Amino acid sequence: MASGKEIRGKIASIKNTQKITKAMELVAASKMRRAKQRMDAARPYADKIKRVIGHLTKAHPEYKHAFMTVRPVKRVGVVVITSDRGLCGGLNANLLRRLSGRVKEWQTAGTDVSYSVIGSKGASFFKSFGGNLLATKTGLGDKPHVTDLIGSVKVMLDAYEQGNIDELWLMSNEFVNTMTQKPTMHRMLPIAQEDVSASNGHWDYLYEPEAKDVLDALLKRYVESMVYTATVENVACEMSARMIAMKNATDNAGKFIKELQLAYNKARQAAITAEISEITAGAAAVSG
Amino acid sequence: MSATMQLDIVSAEGEIFSGKVDRFFAQAANGEVGVLPHHTQFITTLKPGEVRVMSGDEVSYFYVSGGVLEIQPDVATVLADSALRAKDLDEAAAQEAMARAQEAMDNAKTDLDVTRAQNALAEAAAQIAMLGRLRDQLSKQGLMH
Repeated sequence: MASGKEIRGKIASIKNTQKITKAMELVAASKMRRAKQRMDAARPYADKIKRVIGHLTKAHPEYKHAFMTVRPVKRVGVVVITSDRGLCGGLNANLLRRLSGRVKEWQTAGTDVSYSVIGSKGASFFKSFGGNLLATKTGLGDKPHVTDLIGSVKVMLDAYEQGNIDELWLMSNEFVNTMTQKPTMHRMLPIAQEDVSASNGHWDYLYEPEAKDVLDALLKRYVESMVYTATVENVACEMSARMIAMKNATDNAGKFIKELQLAYNKARQAAITAEISEITAGAAAVSG
Repeated sequence: MSATMQLDIVSAEGEIFSGKVDRFFAQAANGEVGVLPHHTQFITTLKPGEVRVMSGDEVSYFYVSGGVLEIQPDVATVLADSALRAKDLDEAAAQEAMARAQEAMDNAKTDLDVTRAQNALAEAAAQIAMLGRLRDQLSKQGLMH
């Protein structure tokens, strides 16, 4: 059995760890609140651009943009959003497991997959996972900015335009609530044109300057907006996952300390008992 | 009385304006456009500049650094950029992302700084022009009272 001193040392070290995890829990909680605010702030733009795209799919444009043209799928591109830091439970692991499952499906169907990855956890995953990595962006911090994402998105859009990928997907975590984050995957491109030949008449936009320029600008922003929204949401997911993970760690440390304290008390009691019995045995020997 | 239309001005980082307006003006790709309710479907890119919104006697100004304007007969949407955009800036960002992926960083300097400075200058000039107009308007109102 461990001696009293040893156990006391262990208790002290666990108490230190517990302090750290508790602090991290509190920091993550406050960062999560702010991340959620940013998530809400990003929603109006995402909603409005979706509305515009919704109108666009109901129009009858003379000019057909590549992003709105469905092609046979031989190659796909995926934008993968992960966090930069660890200690956030299974957040990234779950996402990447889900991704590799889907990639396997694609590969057995003979579809090539290329990636654009955001966040260093994803970047280091692809080092061992392999695959055709087109773009990487890391070090976004807790306040990602649209400007930070333009490059990674543009690489994928260029690849789409040049015919190097036929579909563009987005893989990220969905913030269900503080306890639950769900890895989700959805297709960003191509945008399906609605079939409205009968419904609300035949109309098209006036474009200024040219249909291609305007649609280029709009659709680019549409994809960027989706990636940005997902990135901001992923930060909220990361923070809430970390908060939960650190809360569990703090609770576990508390339990551990309790057990050790019990062991320490027992050891102390045992030592005292042993000492007393030695003394009484000694006294008995002298008097006897 | 007169018809109004819904106008929403949003940027990726937040909502800027949302409400019923009588008319508004924006800096479209080929020059300023004025929009009244029941305008035909129209879509254009925006240049850095102001969006002037009129509802009743009230005039408000918003600065946007580019973006897209979409008009439907009863609703108009300004998708404002939250960053200055230029083709070579975007290109540079893409290059950087690719370079990261290949991990072949060979610090190639381009005339990127010049483009960035020019953009900043254009934006500053547009902002100053708008501030001047705002001040004029405020001083006029000050005289009236």
